Amino acid sequence: MAVNTEAIGKRWPAASFEVEAERIDQYAHAVGERNPVYHDPEAAKAAGFRDQVAPPMFCVVYSAPALGPAILDPEVGINLPAMVHGGQEFEWAEPVCAGDVITTVASCKEIYEKDGRGFYVFESVSTNQDSLETVRGTWTDIVRAV
Amino acid sequence: MSDLKHGDPLPELRVTPDAGLTKRYAEASGDPNPIHIDPEFAKSVGLPGVILHGLYSMAQVARAHTDALGDDPRALKRLSVQFRGMGFPEQEIVVTATVRDASNGRIVTDTEAAQGDNRIIRNASAELELD
Repeated sequence: MAVNTEAIGKRWPAASFEVEAERIDQYAHAVGERNPVYHDPEAAKAAGFRDQVAPPMFCVVYSAPALGPAILDPEVGINLPAMVHGGQEFEWAEPVCAGDVITTVASCKEIYEKDGRGFYVFESVSTNQDSLETVRGTWTDIVRAV
Repeated sequence: MSDLKHGDPLPELRVTPDAGLTKRYAEASGDPNPIHIDPEFAKSVGLPGVILHGLYSMAQVARAHTDALGDDPRALKRLSVQFRGMGFPEQEIVVTATVRDASNGRIVTDTEAAQGDNRIIRNASAELELD
């Protein structure tokens, strides 16, 4: 069975995420980020941030909700039980702070087959309430035995 | 850090996720996949036990870089990784990074994360910008 490439170029509806200070705190603790700028608004402001700032990889928290519908879309046709997260790239721009509202749009960049495996590459672009880009993600999911 | 040059290592990051980490990370990240939190489910799909979230391991690679550069999240501009071996709780993760290129205040590293001989993140590269 070959991969179906018809979904290449498809875009899914934007998903918004309100960044709460508690979510930043919870995430930073989970990944071991102890820098006070991630936990204390005053420390963050003293370091030049607008408010308590999120660690760069917090982008997975606010952009993942936009990726869900893409990965689950029957038009993409990913065989979920056989899927693994193969690769990930992020390019960061404007920092994300508590109180921000981040909007993410996901699209399908590539679908191809290599060595009997299916590669599904999605792009996510996230912007804040001032239309400043915060992160651009490239998500590569691999399906064994397509 | 501004005198970093090709071939220089960044300080290693070592962290051992405890048995409860995957549950805390699942809650913090919003990833509900039971292969990370339910040992019985993980075994039912052929895994030896619960496995680490790849994006948790990627976060350790990110942290190794920001820690090395004055703990400033603004320094990290780009990070790309490939997830290969499965990571497991209660085993030490070692993140290593070597400067591939340093010029005009920008540093590019080659980096990976391993648990013993099991290289869980490979072919990874980070780009950093210094003030």
